[in-house]
Amino acid sequence: MSLLLEIAGLTVGYGAGPTAVLAVQDVDLAVHTGEVVGIAGESGCGKSTLALAATGLLDPPGRVLQGGVRYAGQDLLRLPPAALRHVRLRQIAMVFQASMNVLNPVLRIRDQFLDAMQAHGITSRREAVERTQAVFELVKVPARFLDAYPHQLSGGMRQRTVIALSLVLEPRLIFMDEPTTALDVVVQRAILQSVNDLRVQRDFAVVFITHDLSLLIEIADRIAIMYAGYLVEEASGPELYQQPLHPYTQALMQAFPPLGAVRSRLQGIPGQPPDLRQLPPGCPFAARCGKVRQGTCDTVRPAMTIVTPGHRVACHLYPVSTEGGKQA
Amino acid sequence: MTAPVQAAPEGSATTDSALVLEVRGLSKSFTVGSIGRRRRVRALNGVDLRLERGEVLGLVGESGSGKTTFARALAFLDSPTGGEIWLEGVRQPLQPTPRDLHRYRSRVQMIFQDPYASLDRLHTVYRTLSQPLRSFRIAPASQTRAACAELLESVGLVPATDFLDRYPHELSGGQRQRVGIARALAARPALILADEPTSMLDVSIRLTIMNLLLDLQQGRALSLIFITHDLAGANYVSDRIAILYAGHLLEIGPASALMHDPYHPYTQLLRKAAPDPQGGFRRGERFDASGEPPDLTELAPGCPFVPRCPQARAACHPHLPAWRELGGQHRVRCVLYD
Repeated sequence: MSLLLEIAGLTVGYGAGPTAVLAVQDVDLAVHTGEVVGIAGESGCGKSTLALAATGLLDPPGRVLQGGVRYAGQDLLRLPPAALRHVRLRQIAMVFQASMNVLNPVLRIRDQFLDAMQAHGITSRREAVERTQAVFELVKVPARFLDAYPHQLSGGMRQRTVIALSLVLEPRLIFMDEPTTALDVVVQRAILQSVNDLRVQRDFAVVFITHDLSLLIEIADRIAIMYAGYLVEEASGPELYQQPLHPYTQALMQAFPPLGAVRSRLQGIPGQPPDLRQLPPGCPFAARCGKVRQGTCDTVRPAMTIVTPGHRVACHLYPVSTEGGKQA
Repeated sequence: MTAPVQAAPEGSATTDSALVLEVRGLSKSFTVGSIGRRRRVRALNGVDLRLERGEVLGLVGESGSGKTTFARALAFLDSPTGGEIWLEGVRQPLQPTPRDLHRYRSRVQMIFQDPYASLDRLHTVYRTLSQPLRSFRIAPASQTRAACAELLESVGLVPATDFLDRYPHELSGGQRQRVGIARALAARPALILADEPTSMLDVSIRLTIMNLLLDLQQGRALSLIFITHDLAGANYVSDRIAILYAGHLLEIGPASALMHDPYHPYTQLLRKAAPDPQGGFRRGERFDASGEPPDLTELAPGCPFVPRCPQARAACHPHLPAWRELGGQHRVRCVLYD
């Protein structure tokens, strides 16, 4: 496993000057070849903005204010547009939640695939057709749907088609932003399973973004938790599952009704995420936190600290060690 | 529909005063397509259900299972095309007059899935809530504002005076859904139909909304039909769970029985597909989810799950299986348990 994508000190804002809203603040995150990195957080935590910024897709008024994104050694944010377009889809692909809006409603599926490949330099029609059929087989959509229009496909089928489109140029990294949220549980599960199978076969890395931590627990090698624009905890999937450290992560873990256990009342997370325009000075989670320490949490923003190798958290309950905060 | 189907699974007396709702053979079909290509979509096929006072029933199904059709038929937003609806011992006309509807809706209210679409964006919270209070003569005009404030407090929007004059765009998704719940409560109904009330909300907020529904339901002896595709959520709020597939009920029983011992192969599939964080890592676990729900215009006469069922056999094809009693109010409609 070698380093594929490195996000360092990334800060992204919407708008300019004193009224700018910082949607992502000082986020560090690394993605290695072939791994699944999950990013979880509530609406407005900055997870989608992070994905857009990291793939060079952020449109104004969104702007990267600080930090950088390196993909395979090159600085993505300073690539000229033509070079960036070449990296996208060929190297880095994106799958979004609203798959209906991604596919062109007046073009047959087959033509959309051929167009995409032609735009990225696959000029042999035969090769393009073969690749298209191959990815359809991978995502388990019958090849007859190649001649269909998007509206003739069910939601699950469409989402599979979009995943197939993201795979057709054999990228090394795929960003998936809530790819299954609009789908039923059974379809969602089947798609996740296909993605994982494909990843093993094709050896690409996945950044999987969702508000549903329970999904990540089943598919992610590493999980990062975001809150109010900050990355507040990161650990391997099993570690985060067994030992969530940040009170927000702990609350998220408790927010799912269990399937099997005896029923008892669970507490949701009280309150709401803070207004990003008026972020309190201390920890952004302080107002909702059950373990808040007045005088510290509400005044001092916690720094990221490494608790055990590979497990870091930004919370005053875990003081920064004197060893310093080098990432493992 | 063939003969053995309609054997009502739950007896036929309706004079039981503990029953809030009884539905017999409820059906709804739509005509789709342009002239010359018209087809019938049979979205709901002979659903039988009984609901006791203060009971929570979870109705679980995938998209296209007919669960929203069921809610809308039961709320007379789309009139059912067949069957009987008995509310508190009184049979309701399937083609109700406005007067019938007004009376019915004073007893049956609905909470919608999309809190962004279900509130009028030009109406303040006060206006949204005062309408049912006036229409159902719950509060005299002089006390409407106080009654609205009380409703807001009961759904946890405090202090209520902060919310009364706000517009929907000034509220978060969770707050909007609370207003939707307050609006449903305003009529002081006996039964609330909640159609996927949490599916558009963040996971972190879902639990607080489910807790709110439970608090209200218990505090007011309300009956609740909680419609969802999320088995875990249904288990959390429901006394009983019913499984709907292609417009047919396939299994119904106490929530714990369905979760621990699902009988129908479809219920078993749903159970396996549900994310289970408490169940630990299941990455290696394989899961066969081939196929999708059937085309409702071309439903074969047998069990609707046959095309996807790993245990399908000859007996599944000729007609819908009859209901099998499993004891303790647990029933399943599957030939495996003959």
